[in-house]
Amino acid sequence: MNLFRSEEHVTRWLRGSEPGATIPITTLCDLAYAWWADRVSPSWRPHTRDENQAILERLGLSGAFWALPPG
Amino acid sequence: MDDRDLALRNATYGLVVSLGRMPTAVETAAAHGIEAGDVERGWRRLHDGHALVLDTDTGTIRMANPFSGIPTPYRVEADGRSWFANCAWDAFGICAALGVDGQIETVCADCGEPIAVVVRDRRPGDESLVFHCLVPAAHWWDDIVFT
Repeated sequence: MNLFRSEEHVTRWLRGSEPGATIPITTLCDLAYAWWADRVSPSWRPHTRDENQAILERLGLSGAFWALPPG
Repeated sequence: MDDRDLALRNATYGLVVSLGRMPTAVETAAAHGIEAGDVERGWRRLHDGHALVLDTDTGTIRMANPFSGIPTPYRVEADGRSWFANCAWDAFGICAALGVDGQIETVCADCGEPIAVVVRDRRPGDESLVFHCLVPAAHWWDDIVFT
């Protein structure tokens, strides 16, 4: 899960290997806030699989690649 | 995760924030009012439940996501301290978890050029960068260190 200067850099880094998913840093930032914002709260409780899947889907991260394993 | 392990997990994360690093089992036991052996057994259950990640050799905390217990290529300056994140996603996650602005310092994984991203008001200062996730979500925990 890395940062790159551009999609061209991702392509070069992959060296022909099967790509995963590339998203804008703005989407990554939104994802991080939705996923991690409660993480150090004293009243934190585990997210359910469906809650996490909903976070991904709200940000347009859908399809087989972003499908979490069954809970 | 039962209530006992949830309380241990939340106490452990509280110590990560207050200490600015991963706590030891002895520190956690003292703060949480239980024996160090109970902390170690609880951490093992939390590891098995993907609530944190232990170093399997030492039993110390390797990851309390988004925080890393060891140096990584993702350094985050936030809340007046320096942290290490496990990956790019976690780097933003440290600012999110602490509820503060920050700066992420890393390098382009391809060319190695330094990258510094200011995070202010929940937005990245440089919007030209991209994030690549190599492993499909269904397999993130197959090998979380690689992921």
